[in-house]
Amino acid sequence: MAIGTPLHPRTEPLCHSYDWTQWSGYLSVSSYNDFVQPEYASIRNSAALIDLSPLYKYAVNGADAAALMDRIVTHDAAGMSVGQVIYTPWCDPNGMVRQEGTVFRYEEDRFELYAAEPALEWILRNAVGYQVEVTDRSAQVAMLSLQGPHSRHVLDAATDGAIGALAFFRCTRARIGGVDVAVSRTGFTGDLGYEIWIPAAEAVSVWDRLMEVGAPWQITPCGLVAMDIARVEAGLILISVDYVSSEFAHTDDDLVRPYELGLGWAVKLDRGNFVGRKALRVANKTGPRRRVVGLEIEWQPLEEAYMAADLMPELPMTVCREPVPVYSGEGLQVGRATSKVWSKLLKKYIALATIDADCAQIGSRLEMEVTVQYRRSRVAATVADKGFFRPARMRA
Amino acid sequence: MSQSYDAIVIGGGHNGLTCAAYLGRAGRRVLVLERRHLVGGAGVTEEIYPGFKYTVCSYVVSLLRPQIIADLELPKYGFELLPLNGTLTPMRNGDHLMRWHDAAETRMELMRHSAADAEAYEHFSMLMYHLGKAVRPMLSMTPPDPTSLAPATLAKLADIARTFGKRTDYLYDFAKLMTMSSADFVEQWFETPALLGTLASSGIIGTFLGPRSPGSAYVMLHHYMGEIDGEFRAWGLPRGGMGAVSESIASAARAHGAEIRTEAGVERVLVKNGRVTGVVLEDGEEIHAKVLVSSLDPKRTFQKLIEPEHLPDDFRTDIDRYKIRGSSGKVNLSLDALPDVTCLRHLSADQRIPYLSGAISISPDIEYLEHAYDDAKYGRHSRHPYMDIVIPSLIDPTMAPAGKHVMSIFCAYAPYELAEGNWEDNREVFGDAVIDTLSEFVPNIKDIILHRQVLSPWDMEQMMGLTQGNIFHGELTLEQLFFLRPVPGYADFTTPLRSFYMCGSGCHPGGGIMGAPGKLAAQRIIADTA
Repeated sequence: MAIGTPLHPRTEPLCHSYDWTQWSGYLSVSSYNDFVQPEYASIRNSAALIDLSPLYKYAVNGADAAALMDRIVTHDAAGMSVGQVIYTPWCDPNGMVRQEGTVFRYEEDRFELYAAEPALEWILRNAVGYQVEVTDRSAQVAMLSLQGPHSRHVLDAATDGAIGALAFFRCTRARIGGVDVAVSRTGFTGDLGYEIWIPAAEAVSVWDRLMEVGAPWQITPCGLVAMDIARVEAGLILISVDYVSSEFAHTDDDLVRPYELGLGWAVKLDRGNFVGRKALRVANKTGPRRRVVGLEIEWQPLEEAYMAADLMPELPMTVCREPVPVYSGEGLQVGRATSKVWSKLLKKYIALATIDADCAQIGSRLEMEVTVQYRRSRVAATVADKGFFRPARMRA
Repeated sequence: MSQSYDAIVIGGGHNGLTCAAYLGRAGRRVLVLERRHLVGGAGVTEEIYPGFKYTVCSYVVSLLRPQIIADLELPKYGFELLPLNGTLTPMRNGDHLMRWHDAAETRMELMRHSAADAEAYEHFSMLMYHLGKAVRPMLSMTPPDPTSLAPATLAKLADIARTFGKRTDYLYDFAKLMTMSSADFVEQWFETPALLGTLASSGIIGTFLGPRSPGSAYVMLHHYMGEIDGEFRAWGLPRGGMGAVSESIASAARAHGAEIRTEAGVERVLVKNGRVTGVVLEDGEEIHAKVLVSSLDPKRTFQKLIEPEHLPDDFRTDIDRYKIRGSSGKVNLSLDALPDVTCLRHLSADQRIPYLSGAISISPDIEYLEHAYDDAKYGRHSRHPYMDIVIPSLIDPTMAPAGKHVMSIFCAYAPYELAEGNWEDNREVFGDAVIDTLSEFVPNIKDIILHRQVLSPWDMEQMMGLTQGNIFHGELTLEQLFFLRPVPGYADFTTPLRSFYMCGSGCHPGGGIMGAPGKLAAQRIIADTA
């Protein structure tokens, strides 16, 4: 049976929709209210407070911590400075992506790795022979993601101005409401935002403090459904939705390399050995067989398809994760759209899609399957940069 | 110095800017001339009181055509609509009626008042969906003149009939809607006074009609036929106030090469041999262009900018008869704290927020509205006005300093023609009536006001150039709609003068932040000058 997160005493009374989802055995709020748009709007306009405590959190400490992290992930973990955060995939020996997540270097010999799915066994298996101590801190650490253009104001108010200068993808220690926390300039929304890592037992105090000082900026508890809209707009891929971990891939077709996910920039081949390097070196030469790209579905043909059925266009106001086929102009299936949503912000119907490389150039004209009144039809769509919305404030 | 343009757009309101953007997009060299120091017309955001941004006149968006948003890529230029949670109607007995954005929540709330209404509401919504869908194509079309038997006209008329699709039964409801009063129309469905009052109130906005005046039902539809993200009847709050919407269209126009000059009021249109050749600015500067487009209202355009000798007599008569009676005012407030609404007192401070994050309608029943109209009929402002209120700062924190708020109050009635006195003397008296009435529902309102701006129809005329302060550039009554808007024979954006066009809300499909007149006029000009 799923249990509440450390913030359940606060989130439960606010979850008027009773709409919960299970994540790693925890109950997470899908949306607090039936009308989810104000939660989404808080991410883009004010400040959203999102409980992401079910994330997996692993501490890797010891003399060889840097070496082990460097061995596991494709990015240059050993080259990280203290206080730096990186986003990186990690692969199996065949160079196939197991997962992606963030690595934090809190001190020279203290790293943490955060991921949406479990990774302990994988870290331990790779840790053999390294002088490290690996701890699963998932249950001991709660996480609140504070996202939105006013998140900096809120956090400054909560920490007496100690955080404002924190740069994109940096982390630091702070005190909020008398609680020692770690804060990082990271998020899963493509907006200005912070993630706050809190001792589980004291998580509620931090929530209370943020809600109190955030009131003037309309701080809003926000569920996963709203965050999902934001992450698709930002072009951030999600495991088990936009790709399958090599751990659980049933078919070769499901196996992906970082290059296919658009994460080639996070594969640093010219350094010491790391898991999958040999295979990735080869793959890097041949180029990916397909790519995760953005799709913009055209409005006019979509509207026509609905009007022909005597209906107004029905648009997915929250992310639809049901994959649908994508076709070339010649009618050949060239991929699949895995996350689809109507972006109220961009006033566009957008999708993340995995498309065969020869059709994946930006500007390629494709067609996506749409079902209208029980009939399948195809609607024109154009390949676009998957970072549909990446405002300057995200990095500012 | 020779300054020559393909087209000059007179007036930098949202329709003028839209027209300019489309003309620029078609490769035309366009100049927009705006009298004020900022573009937007009645769609502006101004910091009248330091730190507090007022969305001075127009304040919510629903009608702006999705195709225009897409064509002009407005989101790229800062256009963003924030969701309104619903509509709160405080009742005089201390209870309230809340129509939430979410249908199921609304149903539960209506059940509290009337089980029959809760059920009827879904049928009513279904009817409105079909009527909205049927009217939709008309918003994107230049009205056909039924006196013409040209094949293209007949084809268009057939298209209109076809828009009702297979559900032709809705055509009957449409006919009823076009002729009934909004009160009669909603009373066919509902019995809860607060629901009736609030629904019927959409039928009186911007029009000198009471809820029991025939024709007001259409005005209701006019407010319902907008769509946001494919959803009919949805209204959104522009981030940064309405000025941000105007600015986004202006930016799109500039990106398409249009030049925009502010503090460049047009004094007179130059006419030679029945053709317009240019304009004379208030400072005497002459600017010439192949085509002129006026986004001002028809009366202002033809009675202020053009000497009478250039216009045909029957046209002048039609323009003179055009109804453009201003009937509403606007009160903008800077608030030190959130209003303490009596009907929400049973809720905690946090619980009240969702109720206040939408519209607040002072429309407890139809009689209330009709009494407000009674005052106006005889040339007085309403002693107990109808109000449509939003608190933008609750949804968009950039509108006021942290923890403070701005309140936008649309209020009716405020007749342009007063039986006694003038608006300069009566402006604040009207403001007092609004605040006194509001304090019956929000007892702390007077204690939290830091600054108050009252705009009477006369002020809107002075400030924005809206003749008689009519927010729609002419009333949305049947005899002034579709192929009759603004006057018979000229519903196609042309005028009796060659090379002279209209693109304001006085044209089809009418008022509101819609952009359709601007776009349709541009299309006409592009076709005529191809």
